[in-house]
Amino acid sequence: MSQMTYLGAIGAAQLEAMQADERVIIFGEDVEANVYGTTGAGKSRQAEGDFLQLFGRDRIRNTPISEEVMVGAAAGAAMTGLRPIVDLSYSSFLYLAMDQFVNQVAKNRYMFGGQASLPVVFRSAMFYGLSTGAHHSDRPYPMFMNVPGLKIIAPATPSDAKGLLRAAIDSDDPVLSFEAVPLWGSKEEVDDGEYRIPLGVARTAREGEDVTVVAISGAVPEALAAAEALGDEGISVEVIDPRTLVPLDTEAILRSVRRTGRLVVADPAHRTCGAAAEVSALVAELAFDALRAPIARVTTPDMQIPFSPALERQLYPTRETIADAVRGVCGRSREEAMA
Amino acid sequence: MKLTNEELLEMQRRMLRIRLFDERASKMVKRGQIPGTVHTSVGQEAQVVGACMAVRADDYMTGNHRSHGHPIGKGSALGPLMAELLGKATGICQGKGGSLHLADFAVGSLGESGIVGSSIPIAAGAALSSKLLAQDRVALAFFGDGAANQGGLYEAMNLAGIWRLPVVFLCENNQYALSTPAATVTSGRIADRAHGFDIPGVRVDDGQDVLAVHDAVREAADRARRGEGPSLVEVMTYRFHEHSEGLRLSTDYRDAAERDAWLARDPITLFRERLLADGVAAAEALDALEAEVADEVEAAARFALESPLPEPEVAFADLYTDPSAAEVAA
Ligand SMILES: Cc1ncc(C[n+]2csc(CCOP(=O)(O)OP(=O)(O)O)c2C)c(N)n1
Ligand SMILES: [Mg+2]
Repeated sequence: MSQMTYLGAIGAAQLEAMQADERVIIFGEDVEANVYGTTGAGKSRQAEGDFLQLFGRDRIRNTPISEEVMVGAAAGAAMTGLRPIVDLSYSSFLYLAMDQFVNQVAKNRYMFGGQASLPVVFRSAMFYGLSTGAHHSDRPYPMFMNVPGLKIIAPATPSDAKGLLRAAIDSDDPVLSFEAVPLWGSKEEVDDGEYRIPLGVARTAREGEDVTVVAISGAVPEALAAAEALGDEGISVEVIDPRTLVPLDTEAILRSVRRTGRLVVADPAHRTCGAAAEVSALVAELAFDALRAPIARVTTPDMQIPFSPALERQLYPTRETIADAVRGVCGRSREEAMA
Repeated sequence: MKLTNEELLEMQRRMLRIRLFDERASKMVKRGQIPGTVHTSVGQEAQVVGACMAVRADDYMTGNHRSHGHPIGKGSALGPLMAELLGKATGICQGKGGSLHLADFAVGSLGESGIVGSSIPIAAGAALSSKLLAQDRVALAFFGDGAANQGGLYEAMNLAGIWRLPVVFLCENNQYALSTPAATVTSGRIADRAHGFDIPGVRVDDGQDVLAVHDAVREAADRARRGEGPSLVEVMTYRFHEHSEGLRLSTDYRDAAERDAWLARDPITLFRERLLADGVAAAEALDALEAEVADEVEAAARFALESPLPEPEVAFADLYTDPSAAEVAA
């Protein structure tokens, strides 16, 4: 075990996978110089663990700023024997390659009757809450949840980032990894050995009795902080982190809600057709009888992301808004709780 | 390029296969035996076969909606292709692709694409695999003059150029994108666009001459195999049928005189005359070849018609390699 940041854990998973299998290659903008910090151990090119020095330019490749061909070529390479990891840097840039994601990556196995397999991982970072403005603050995973054929991971801790990414690289199906930049610096003890966290298995981040909070990606630490505060008010909160959005561990969510009878979903994506909407619908369909209160969603409103921190900060789920929602489903107002 | 008599006759055989397969498919669309529509390569056989036979059987290939000729040219068996057009269980894609999405990995066919231009980046990726896995394979990317105005082509040409990927970009310039004349939407010559990427760009002006196409593509493929990178080959040709079969699209967008001039240059007739003139085969042998292919196509049609429809549960298979993923999602 050693202390690792979220970003360091991603680098560690990539390093392991590159060492384990020659067919794994990484390409993307600025990966050779380790600009985003996941293709080298240290900050400088000379530091031990620099991927370019370890693996050479055949396997660590800077690309032109051409997202469409990056994604399409990765698909073609995956269909013919390589196992590419594509670093798309900002999640907002996935839109440039929408045709390749939706029409090629997601469909090629199915539409060719199973002749193709696509072992490829598309990593991107969600830079929200950091004054990056409307063009660099997207959290677009729900759009891709709507595309059958893609798998989607959204790790919230360093340990999960390492184990899920490793499982994603091992997977013979295309996986999109959405990595929340607000989590980049978070640290914990991480297993230095090789391990995989299977896709489609949720994690109970905190056990509780009264309310289930399903929290996604960057909302997980906020939900845990809310749970901590609510404990002092006598509300026991269970926090479930799905970790994988496709396939989604529906059973784990239902099991928790059947016990607590209350559900809050905290999701940094937009509200309409978001991940929270999907989780809510599943629970309403499959565990309606267990619900003792209406489901509450804490999401980013259907609004573009403004630049000024004064404007932006209020938009995403926070410990305060999540706690308010939990109090709401418990039939308590904040004033009551304070009293 | 000196080809053996067997190779020359194989070219004629594959052109005939495409012609007769597509004419049969056209009839089957009109009879309602093929659901939806198909796009034929009738008239473009030399352009397709010249290119396919200039690469090796294990080379990669991607294509577009004008889709049957490519796998046939590459050597696919006709039965499973025809069965796919009919949506049958024995189809090459188990009835899940249809005409637009034929793929036959056994002959390097990585898939045809219903989205114009969309498969070109896939070919670049296959070429990257070949290079990194030291496989000595080339990727042949077919696309139309219409697709030549998609940005993805230029991203792919740039990437293939800078990474020296073994790709042959093959533009089938049949001079129309559906009803739109290429000249009205295409600035400059398509082949010349390669020069901006510092890669060879050549135009085959007579795409009805299978050997002219073959020689140009062979040169590009050899160059790619030597590690010298991609090329663009633009082939001038003409489709003899409508854009797609049975759609009853308006047909008056092509000038009658222009059409007649091209119809007079049927690539299969031209090559037959050449084979006779060069003494490669006698008329009886070429007649026998035609009869053989006609039988082969008839057998493929019969196979397709007699094949069972897929079971409904097939619709829910093969989304992922890992079936449990789809179950969890369901
Ligand atoms: C992205 C996209 N836009 C439009 C279409 C509709 N469409 C199908 S074929 C076609 C014409 C394509 O022309 P070209 O690339 O020259 O191929 P050709 O049909 O002439 O062989 C069009 C517009 C499509 N399938 N995909
Ligand atoms: Mg055309």
